[in-house]
Amino acid sequence: MLGFVARRIAKGIVVLLAIVVLNFFLIRLAPGDPALVMAGEAGAGDEAFIAQLREKFALDQPLPSQLGAYLRSIAGLDLGYSVRQQMPVATLIGERLPATLLLTGSAFVVSLSLGVLLGSLAARRAGTLADTTITGLALLFYATPLFWVSLMAIILFSVRLEWLPSFGFETVGAGYTGLARALDIAHHLVLPALTLGLFFMAVYVRMTRSSMLEVSRLDFVKTARAKGLTEGVIQRRHILRNALLPVVTLAGLQAGTLVGGAVLTETVFAWPGIGRLMYEALLQRDYNLLLGVFVVSSAMVLVFNLVTDVVYRAVDPRIEVA
Amino acid sequence: MSNALPLAAPARPRRRGPLAAFLRHPGAVIGLVILALVVAAALLAPVLYPTSPWRMVQRPFVPPFTLERVPLGTDALGRDIAAGLMHGAGVSLIVGLVSTLAALLIGVPLGALAGYLGGRVDDALMRFTELFQTVPSFALAIVLVAILQPSLSSMILAIALVSWPPVTRLVRGEVLSLRSREYVQAAIVTGQTTFTILRREVLPNTLSPIVVLASLMVATAILLESSLSFLGLGDPNRMSWGFMVGAGRTVIRQAWWITAFPGLVILLTVLALNLIGEGLNDALNPRLSRER
Amino acid sequence: MDADTQRVAVAVRNLSLALPEGGDRANAVDGVSFDLVAGEILCLVGESGSGKSMCAHALMGLLPKAVRPVSGTIRLGETDLLAQDDAAWRDTRGRRIAMVFQEPMTALNPLMRIGDQMAEVFEAHGQLTPKERRARAVALAGEVGLPNPEQIVRSYPHQLSGGQRQRAMIAMALALEPAVLVADEPTTALDVTTQAQILKLIRDLQRRRNMAVLFITHDFGVVAEIADRVLVLRHGKVVEEGPASAVLGRPQAPYTRTLLSAVPTMDPPTRPPLSGPKAVEVVGLQKTYVTGGGLWRAKRRTAAARDVAFALHRGETLGLVGESGSGKSSVARLVMRLIEPDSGRVRLGDTDLTGLKGEALRQARSRIQMVFQDPFASLNPRRSVGRIIADGPVAHGVPLSEAMERARRLLGLVGLDEKALERFPHEFSGGQRQRIGIARALALEPEVLVADEAVSALDVSVQAQVLALLEDLKARLGLSMLFITHDLRVAAQICDRIAVMRQGEIVELKTASALFANPEHPYTRALLDAVPGRVRQAA
Repeated sequence: MLGFVARRIAKGIVVLLAIVVLNFFLIRLAPGDPALVMAGEAGAGDEAFIAQLREKFALDQPLPSQLGAYLRSIAGLDLGYSVRQQMPVATLIGERLPATLLLTGSAFVVSLSLGVLLGSLAARRAGTLADTTITGLALLFYATPLFWVSLMAIILFSVRLEWLPSFGFETVGAGYTGLARALDIAHHLVLPALTLGLFFMAVYVRMTRSSMLEVSRLDFVKTARAKGLTEGVIQRRHILRNALLPVVTLAGLQAGTLVGGAVLTETVFAWPGIGRLMYEALLQRDYNLLLGVFVVSSAMVLVFNLVTDVVYRAVDPRIEVA
Repeated sequence: MSNALPLAAPARPRRRGPLAAFLRHPGAVIGLVILALVVAAALLAPVLYPTSPWRMVQRPFVPPFTLERVPLGTDALGRDIAAGLMHGAGVSLIVGLVSTLAALLIGVPLGALAGYLGGRVDDALMRFTELFQTVPSFALAIVLVAILQPSLSSMILAIALVSWPPVTRLVRGEVLSLRSREYVQAAIVTGQTTFTILRREVLPNTLSPIVVLASLMVATAILLESSLSFLGLGDPNRMSWGFMVGAGRTVIRQAWWITAFPGLVILLTVLALNLIGEGLNDALNPRLSRER
Repeated sequence: MDADTQRVAVAVRNLSLALPEGGDRANAVDGVSFDLVAGEILCLVGESGSGKSMCAHALMGLLPKAVRPVSGTIRLGETDLLAQDDAAWRDTRGRRIAMVFQEPMTALNPLMRIGDQMAEVFEAHGQLTPKERRARAVALAGEVGLPNPEQIVRSYPHQLSGGQRQRAMIAMALALEPAVLVADEPTTALDVTTQAQILKLIRDLQRRRNMAVLFITHDFGVVAEIADRVLVLRHGKVVEEGPASAVLGRPQAPYTRTLLSAVPTMDPPTRPPLSGPKAVEVVGLQKTYVTGGGLWRAKRRTAAARDVAFALHRGETLGLVGESGSGKSSVARLVMRLIEPDSGRVRLGDTDLTGLKGEALRQARSRIQMVFQDPFASLNPRRSVGRIIADGPVAHGVPLSEAMERARRLLGLVGLDEKALERFPHEFSGGQRQRIGIARALALEPEVLVADEAVSALDVSVQAQVLALLEDLKARLGLSMLFITHDLRVAAQICDRIAVMRQGEIVELKTASALFANPEHPYTRALLDAVPGRVRQAA
């Protein structure tokens, strides 16, 4: 298992390297002087700063040395400087990262557990009203624009019902500490996490349902029946466990979409994470910050993938542990 | 062995035509009707609302169903919401279709190549595909459009660039499994050329899953387009549904309808395409949908 | 007689099972009656679609949802199984009647340890403590002859061979000492040597525990090996019933006689020796498959061909026999250049096939053609039969109209109506599809035919017809044939000479009659001994 994790981490680093190289070419794709692009609109007037950038990234030298300089700076966790915000990009992202991890993590857990629960319920009652309702709702959520459902949730739960706060990470100026603060944050987390998770829940419901129906046709389910096991045990122990494997794979593949979706959710709910940061960078045309967030969110996806791979390997004995 | 055996009754009852199977799917028919309405809206927009949807036509914040001239009300700048919805239909459809076609143009050849050639080519191509699948696609789309400057074509390019990997994986898997199928081997053995084999034996049998995937991709592309427009990355010269939701966001407490209607239209259009995709799946891949 | 009724474990009376509407017949099983008697094995024999498997599933209450019992009773002691509710069924299954399925590769849950799957049977019926269940699982594993019981109960199914998995399935079935065992084609998916072991195991256990066994099979060899009584089914109806010796020795019903005469014998007919010019010569063929491998991972090597050499004379049929994984199909594909050898040569007449490339190879291919195993996967579902046959000649420059005319003649030659030309593969039965496959191979007027398990997927009566067709065509068209099969009986019937393969190597190659009369290599002997029904036939 350890060897496997090491191998996966090594692979992840290679992928990350490739993403950084992609990033490097993206900057050069932008119209105009890369130094100006990196500085963003705000830095346009600051000649000294531009000159400094030019030197640091070897911008007057051939492309390969430019790439080398860029890779060196990234390897040192230096993502550049945001002139707009007057702060290093790495620091900005570092401050915002925990909020995003909290949001995407909770959305992931909620959508996966609810999705599997509802999906298996639908599969067990295939053809009944419960099944039709669940698959119908899943179809609906699958088609719902994330940003729009967030706004509608604000209208319903914050404006009309006044149950939940509509923006922010915590109540500003309340000065809560300890448990009270945690509860306050949780209160703020409910709407963003649920609306972000809704689409993914729909994905997992559909996948769990079809996977369970697929597995229930396999021979070993008949064997289980021939033993005289009860339907509940057959469903849980034999069908669900096998049906979850493709769902785990899918969950890994969806991680990228989840992290991308956080941009919309954080924008709508003014959630102070890196998605919101990306939106701010977008508004200010702060390309350096934009690309920094892009690299970090890619790294986040890689971590998600690593976790799902490890989980998959832990539940499926057929994959040989090297 | 001179006696000709009579042809036995078909081993399996002959499948009904795919079209009939598709039309027996109630969801698919509903989807088709909704999509037809969206297409009609896109075509009729210049006729019914010949003037620019950006023009102020009434006082701001007219609630819906109050004035006959603006049945769905106006937004914060007095623009007609109904006109915006009809003009936005075209943008969504064009972006959805063209970006899907572009993604197929990238994905199908890469997948067919990887699946048929195998070995190192397959390895290299799949690594490349994996890279694009790992990157958070929406974030990449944002970066691409921002750097290329917002326009209809940069949006199409960005969406195509983030949505081709599933096509490659699907086509590769299909080609891989077909390549070892006995009838493909029989075609090799009878001396048919590689091109003929791909065209006659392999590709026709991969077509139906590609068609199904493509219909779902159009839906996803429309969602992506509206999300990008919502963030202000849409073509500044064209009215789009996502932009309308984004514009109404700040005044949502006073005027719910400005965000509600365009969002609802996106939802219905995407739902329609998903329903059509499911119907196509049932009709074209009967084996995969037995559980229904 | 009274003593006999005492020993009846299950009495099936007038059982009819209805198929869903629109099928090819109304009832899967129609008015079938039989008794399962303690200490006796009843074999239910029939071809595919005879309803034999449905009978087995009815006994377990595991019929597909669409199939309903419409009349009859299944009495187990005092209870009529067809009348009992779900809870009573659960109590019956595993405890009073147990079942072993056909496909050991898929009948075990891949994510559960073997021991846990065995212990589950006790759990299902609320017996023993978890610790005792574990101990019983180990004991059962030992009883069914699994090696290292302590270790094997901790393994996952994928770590076991096919035969071991089937032993594990049998152990599960025996766990609660049921009075009745239902075995649905339990050895069909196994190699012949493994099959012999499993048959012996079932025989031994049945005697030791005095069980009543219902054994479903399509193979008369297996019947001869294991049956006390035999019941022949056709289209859901009982055709003949009686003691095994009577049914096999003096069959009454014409259908039984046809079936029995279709079973190839183990005595090869005498064939004149052939030593004409060589149609195909294979020299030093090597092929090793390397799987896995990569960063930090070990590669796995499987030898598919190890220094394989043989010659096929003009007009000869050379058999290549072996168990799964012996490399026989790989050799066929190497000869066809469907896969590339690591080294070695394949000569076709005076042409070196291994040396050809591109267009030259494509042209040369017409001289050697192949008939494939799976009648359902070997025809493109989207092309008409006529085009399937004509495609080859067209690729070699024959005008389409002429190629279609040739396809028409070939259909007649393989015994199909020429109307088939316009139809699509899904409209034909397995045997008919195989005839189409043969017509496709013949369309290029080849010198050599390679038949890869060409009759393995067919019912025995259809198999006999297709074999006769191949033999007839070979003689009429002067073909040479490389015949790959796992079935020694089939090989005995059709081959002039036979090569026995194991792990990529030819261990013995001689004339069919010499091979059967005087096998030299120990593996050949083991293989011949394992063929079911051999002893009974010799006697």
